[in-house]
Amino acid sequence: MPDVRSLYSEKVMEHFRNPRNVGEIENPDGIGHVGNPVCGDIMELYIKVNNGTIIDAKFKTFGCGAAIATSSMVTEMVKGKSIEEALGISNRAVAQALDGLPPIKMHCSVLAEEALKSAIEDYLDKSEKRSADGEGERTP
Amino acid sequence: MKRIYLDYAATTPTRPEVVKAMLPYFTDAFGNPSAIHSYGQEAKGAVEEARVKVADLIGARDEEIVFTSGGTEADNFAIKGVAYGKESKGNHIITSSIEHHAVIEACKFLERRGFNITYLPVDAYGLVAPDDVRKTITDKTILISVMHANNEMGTIEPIAEIGRIAKEAEIHFHTDAVQTAGHVPVDVDELGVDLLSMSAHKLYGPKGVGALYIRKGTKLVSFMHGGGQERRRRASTENVPGIVGFGKAVELAKQEMNEEAERLSYLRDQLIKSLLERIDRICLNGHPTSRLPNNVNVSIDFVEGESMCLNLDLEGICASTGSACSSASLEPSHILLAMGLSHEQAHGSLRFTLGRWTTEEELARVLDVLPQIVTKLRAMSPLLKSRR
Ligand code: FES
Repeated sequence: MPDVRSLYSEKVMEHFRNPRNVGEIENPDGIGHVGNPVCGDIMELYIKVNNGTIIDAKFKTFGCGAAIATSSMVTEMVKGKSIEEALGISNRAVAQALDGLPPIKMHCSVLAEEALKSAIEDYLDKSEKRSADGEGERTP
Repeated sequence: MKRIYLDYAATTPTRPEVVKAMLPYFTDAFGNPSAIHSYGQEAKGAVEEARVKVADLIGARDEEIVFTSGGTEADNFAIKGVAYGKESKGNHIITSSIEHHAVIEACKFLERRGFNITYLPVDAYGLVAPDDVRKTITDKTILISVMHANNEMGTIEPIAEIGRIAKEAEIHFHTDAVQTAGHVPVDVDELGVDLLSMSAHKLYGPKGVGALYIRKGTKLVSFMHGGGQERRRRASTENVPGIVGFGKAVELAKQEMNEEAERLSYLRDQLIKSLLERIDRICLNGHPTSRLPNNVNVSIDFVEGESMCLNLDLEGICASTGSACSSASLEPSHILLAMGLSHEQAHGSLRFTLGRWTTEEELARVLDVLPQIVTKLRAMSPLLKSRR
């Protein structure tokens, strides 16, 4: 009999079984909240930033196995990265780090990339505001 | 790990008795039923014997049974066959919004070619209202097609009532009985149908074989052209081993149907009750009583179906879901949406379909495992937080 084959790679299943960084960060520096236009799923990503470096990341995801595994992987990948470096993480890189995804599931990795971008944008918006407010205080 | 199969509505294992009955027709009795020599006649005899058994299961005459390659072909044959056979009379077909893809896609195909299709809505239990059928009939209506029971959420439709309406209006009536034949009583006269689709692999027969019942006098065009097999209604050398297996499976199903339906209904109700007790924010999909004996379908809030199925599979439990994520089209089940479920609820749907080898112990294992899976997935669900 042929081997029992899984839809997903072992790495995907490993992250699906034991997802890293599940949850929310209290007082996060950035939150990304994105919906998947393809199948209607939802991903939330939280980041904590110190001196331009992402020191912590957490996620919450309502979605398929690939969505959970890519969320888990992307939070692992961004930790310790500068904002600039983190912005360079593509959905393909996340999928590759998981030893690939079935073609029909690539859109779930796009969701992970977008959640990360949206969290970083949120962080940049907030820090812009903070520095704008800061300047405001200095002016007499 | 011992695997627990709870996806009998998708397909069933072929019963060993059935395999045994089929085997000689691959090797010894391999003749072509169209041949006049003894090999041919031996095969022909076996096919005709199976035809009698299939006819007997649904209260038909044997000459009203045409063997096909399965339920999908039977549905396509019925719908396109009547559409093109009655084209001169009209171009309107009435069906429901919860049909199997084999019916819906055949109707859409005809729609693109100028036919007019009405897809009737269903209520929250998934029931078609016979009155809606009556009201939509026009002088152009040539066919009504409503499934006997739904494959996904298990609701059994009021076919006999619709049959009376169709008869009164003298319109051909087709039902897809793929989920019911061999599982609950099916009688073509009681149901008042002119056409009825069946499939062998849903009743412990082999894959690749099914049948269409065609009431005598029903006008339909064939779409397999070639030799004169099946009274010229479907060309192609008969799938003799498959047909023999189908016959055997039907024979066994008929003998055991009542007892098995009772056993499964009990297990079904126990499982539904316990799931509703042990998991919060969960609801039953489909009708509570007018329901296939083996179907349990629930929606669990805040969790996605593919993730649940994968987690169950890791525990050896095989189930299915109507979630968008697990469908090839990445769209949620049209059946659940037609019943008024939201995308989120369809996402969180989970179907267990029970069968001949399902035991109470197996279901107890589901009840052990599933609540933990739900808790784990809810802990990572952004939906839950936003509702708090
Ligand atoms: S999240 Fe829906 S398919 Fe992956």
